[in-house]
Amino acid sequence: MGKHVLLVEDELNIVEAMRFLLSRDGWRVEAHSDGASAVEVIRGTRPDLVVLDVMLPGKSGFDILGELREDATTADLPVLMLTARGQARDRDMAEKAGVSRFMTKPFSNTEVLNAVRDLMRG
Amino acid sequence: MASLNTLIAVCLIYVAFLFGVAFAAERAGIRGRAGWLLRSPLVYTLSLSIYCTAWTFYGAVGYAARSGLEYVTIYLGPSLVMIGWWWVLRRLVRIGRSHKVTSIADLISSRYGKSNTLAIVVTLMAVIGVTPYIALQLQSVTLSLSIFASAEGAATRIDSASSALWVAAGLALFTVLFGTRNLNANERHHGVVIAVAVEAVVKLVALLAVGIFVVWGVAGGLPQTLARIDASPIGTWQMQGSRWAALTVLSAAAFLCLPRMFQVMVVENDDERHLQIASWAFPLYLMLMSLFVVPIAVVGLDLLPPGSNPDLFVLSLPLSQGRDGLATLSFLGGFSSATSMVIVATLALSTMVSNHVVMPIWLTLRTGGATQSGDVRDVVIFARRVSILVIIALGYVYYRASGGSGALAAIGLISFAGVAQFLPVTLGGIFWRGATRMGALVGLGTGFGLWVYTMLLPGFGAGAILPAGVIDAGPWGISWLRPQALFGVEGLDPTVHAVLWSLALNSLSFVVVSLVTFPRPLERLQGAQFVNIFDHSGQARGWNASVAESEDLMIMAQRILGAAEAQSLFQSEARRQGLSGHLPEPTPKFVQGLERELAGSVGAATAHAMIGQIVGGTSVSVQDLMAVADESAQMLEYSSQLEAKSRELSQTAAQLREANEKLTELSLQKDAFLSQISHELRTPMTSIRAFSEILRDTEGLHPEEKTKYASIIHVETIRLTRLLDDLLDLSVLENGQVTLNRQSGALSDVLDHAITTAQASTDGRIAIRRSRGNEAVMLQTDLDRLSQVFINLITNAQKYCAADAPALTIDVARDGGAVVVDFIDNGSGIPAQARQVMFEKFSRLGLQDNKGAGLGLAICREIMHRLGGDVVYRTGTGGTAFRVILPQAQSLAAQ
Repeated sequence: MGKHVLLVEDELNIVEAMRFLLSRDGWRVEAHSDGASAVEVIRGTRPDLVVLDVMLPGKSGFDILGELREDATTADLPVLMLTARGQARDRDMAEKAGVSRFMTKPFSNTEVLNAVRDLMRG
Repeated sequence: MASLNTLIAVCLIYVAFLFGVAFAAERAGIRGRAGWLLRSPLVYTLSLSIYCTAWTFYGAVGYAARSGLEYVTIYLGPSLVMIGWWWVLRRLVRIGRSHKVTSIADLISSRYGKSNTLAIVVTLMAVIGVTPYIALQLQSVTLSLSIFASAEGAATRIDSASSALWVAAGLALFTVLFGTRNLNANERHHGVVIAVAVEAVVKLVALLAVGIFVVWGVAGGLPQTLARIDASPIGTWQMQGSRWAALTVLSAAAFLCLPRMFQVMVVENDDERHLQIASWAFPLYLMLMSLFVVPIAVVGLDLLPPGSNPDLFVLSLPLSQGRDGLATLSFLGGFSSATSMVIVATLALSTMVSNHVVMPIWLTLRTGGATQSGDVRDVVIFARRVSILVIIALGYVYYRASGGSGALAAIGLISFAGVAQFLPVTLGGIFWRGATRMGALVGLGTGFGLWVYTMLLPGFGAGAILPAGVIDAGPWGISWLRPQALFGVEGLDPTVHAVLWSLALNSLSFVVVSLVTFPRPLERLQGAQFVNIFDHSGQARGWNASVAESEDLMIMAQRILGAAEAQSLFQSEARRQGLSGHLPEPTPKFVQGLERELAGSVGAATAHAMIGQIVGGTSVSVQDLMAVADESAQMLEYSSQLEAKSRELSQTAAQLREANEKLTELSLQKDAFLSQISHELRTPMTSIRAFSEILRDTEGLHPEEKTKYASIIHVETIRLTRLLDDLLDLSVLENGQVTLNRQSGALSDVLDHAITTAQASTDGRIAIRRSRGNEAVMLQTDLDRLSQVFINLITNAQKYCAADAPALTIDVARDGGAVVVDFIDNGSGIPAQARQVMFEKFSRLGLQDNKGAGLGLAICREIMHRLGGDVVYRTGTGGTAFRVILPQAQSLAAQ
C-alpha cells in the first residue's frame, strides 16, 4: 500500500497506457474521466498521487487543481499535470495554481515514470 | 447811357477777373497756401448762395410785384432747413465725405446697393429737372441784355434767340474751362468755389446797392417807402395758406436735392464744422438778399410805365433814373447769379452723366484689356465736357421751346418740383434702413412721372405739347386724369396740386414698395452704413484720438489674431516706438503691417476694409465689398471642405477601428484554433507514443497485449489522418476554393449511399426509419458533398444517441419552396446552451466518449452554405434533430 494513484483523464487510450506503466512500477491505479466530479472523487479515494489532464469534460484541470490547493486536506497532495496544449501560458497557469509537476503530451514513458518517482521521494 | 458794347466789355472783364480768382485759388490750393481762406466757413457759406440764381436776383422782385410776399417762401424753405434741419445736413455731409459721394445720384445709388439703374434714373431726372432752370438763367441774362439794348434805342435791338445762344455758348465755355481743368478724385473744385463765393458777394452788393438807391435815392427815405408799400397792392395782399406751405416745402426740398446745392453743400465741403456757421450765416445772407425786394417792386410798379416786366425792375429802375453805373453793377449781379448757377449745376450734372451714364457704357463697350489710368482720365474729361455742352444745349432748346414767355418764377418752380422728387428716397435712405432699391425706383418713377404730367408738360403752355383738350377735359375725355385736377381734386393751385400729388404718391409708393420688397445684401450693408453713419465714421481725429484708434485696432486685431498674438504684436511695436504703454502710435507703417498681418487671416480685401473703417473713416467701395464677399465665400468653401474632410476622417477612423476589432478577434480565433489543433494532434500522438514505447521497451509482453496495443496505435493513427483530412476539407470550404461537381440524381439514392457508408465505417448500430414515398425528389447539386453531410449526421446519431434502442428517423418534406430532410433520433437531445456553439469548430458538446475533433458539424454547415442551403438544429422533437435545407433550385420535382 501507500502507492495509490488516481488518473483524471478522459482519453481512454492514454489511461490504458498510464495504467500499464504505473502498475508495473508498483502503483495501485484508479482512473476517473469526468472533470466535474473529480474533486469529490479525489477527496473520497484519498490517493497518494493525482495525474491530472487539463482539457476535461465538465471542469478544467486548472480549476480542479485550484480547489485541491484550497482544501487543507489536499493542499499538499502531489499533482502531476499532463496537457496536450503545450503553450507557455498553460505552464504558468499550472504553476500559479500550485502544480507539483507539469508535462506536455506526448511524453516519453521514462520521463513520466521518473517524474512520478521524484514526486514520491520529495 | 451805357452802350451794349461797354456792357459786353464789362462782362468779359468780369469773367476774366473770375478766371483769375479761380486760377489763383487753385494754384494756392495746390501749393497748400491760403488754406484758411479756401477752407473757411465764410467761403462755404457764400458758395451756398448759388441757391440764389438769376431767378432770385431778378425774379424775386417780379414775384413780389405779381404775388406779393409769396416770394418769401423761396427764402423761407432753405432758411428753415439751415436752422432747423442742420442735423440732416450734417448727416448728409458726413455720409458724403465718408463714402466719397460725388453727386446726389451717387448718394442715392450708393445707398441702394450701388445700383447703377438708380444712378441713371436719378441722373436723367436731374437733367430733365434742371434743364428748365438753366433755360431760366439764359432767359434772364438775355432779358437783361435786351433791357440795355432797348434803352439804347431801336437801332441796336438785338435778336433774343441769337443773344441767348451766345450767352449759352459763353457759359458752356466758361464751365468747360473752369470745371474740367483737372480731375480730382474727390470731385472738389476749389477754384470754382472761390469764384462762386466772389460772385455771391457781387450779387449781394449789387442788390443791396439797388435797394438802398431805391429806398433813399428814389423813394426818399424809409418812411416814404413804407407808405408806398402800404398804398400798393402788395400791402393788401392776402396769404394763401396752402400755397405758402407747398412752396416752403418745395423750396426746402429743392435746397436739399438740387444737384448744384448738393455739389457745394456736400461734395465741396471741407469741414463738417462749417455747417454750424453756415446754419446762421446763410439764412442771414438770404435775409439780406430779400430785404429790398418789396421796396424795389413797389417803387418799380409806381414809377415805371405799366407793362414793364417786373422781373427786370432791378435793372430798369436804375436805368430809368439814369444811373448807368448802378445798372451795370446790377447787371453784373444778375450775370453773377446766372453764371454761378449754370457753372455749378452743369458741373454737378456732367459729373453725374459721365460717372453714371457715359463711363459704364464706355467700360462695357471696351471689352477686355487692362485700362490705363491716363486713358480713363482722358475719357472722363472728354465725357464731362461733352455732357456740359449737351446740358447747356438742352437748356437753350428748352428756352427756345418754351418761347421764353413764362415768368421766371413759374419756370423756377417747375424745376424745384422736379428735383424735389429726390427728397423721399434721400431722407428715407439716410434715416430708414428698411428702404429698398425697388422702393426707391418705384417712388422716384411715380413722383417724376406725375411731375412731368402735371407740371412740366402743362408748363409749356396749353397746346405746346399737351393738347389744350387734354388739359381741360383730360386724356380721352377722362376728367379725373386731367393733369391739373388729378383724381377729381379741383380748385387747387396748379403748383400746389402738382407738388402735393407727386410728392405724396412718390413717398407712398416708396414706402409701400420698400416694405414689401426685400433688400439685397449690399443694400442692407449700405443702408446700415448710411443710417448709422455716426456710429461708423469718426470726425477728423486729433492727437488724443489716436490712442483710442490704437485701442480700436487692438480690439479688432485681438478678435482676428487671438489675444496673445495681437498683444505681443502691439507691445513689440510700442517698444520699438519707445513708448512705455502697450499701445503704439498708429503710424502708417504700423497700420500697413497690421493690415498685412490681418490679411493673412481674413483676406486682403476684408483686412483693408476693416482697417479703413477704423483708421480713415474711408468708405468701402463696391469692389472692396465684392472682394470681401469673395473671400468670405472662399473661406466658407474652405471650411466646409475641412468639415467634409474631418467627417471623412472620422468615418475612416471608425472603419479602421472596426477592422482592427475584427482583426483582433480573428487573431484570437486563430490562436484558439491553433491551440485546438495542437491539442487535437497531440492527444492521439500521446497514445501512439506511449504504446509504441511500451511495445519497444517492455520485455515479455503477452501476445494479446501486443495485438491490443498495436491496434490502439492503428486506431489513433486513423484518427489523426481523419483529423487532418477534416482540417484540410474545412480550410478549402472556408476559403471558397472548393469546386462543386453538380450533377442530377434522386434524393433517395443519395440517402441510400450515405446510410450504407455510415453503417460500414462504424461499429455502432442504429435503427434507421425512412419514408421512401417522400424521397422521390430529383436534385441538381453536388451529390457527393450532400452525401458527406448526410453521412456526418447519421454517424453522429450512431455515436451519440444514448437511447436503449437507438433509432434515427429520416424524413423528407417540403417547406415552402425548399425540400427539407430531417434527421431525428430518439436520444435526449442537445442541451440548449450547447446548441449555439455546436456548429463552431472544435465544439464537442462536452460528451465524454467523444472521439471526434468537433469539426463535423462545422464542415456540414460549410458544405450546405456552399450548396446554397443550410443545416440547422430543430427543437421540440424530443431527440436530437437536424434539418438539412435544400433550396428550390437544387430540387426538381419528381415525376
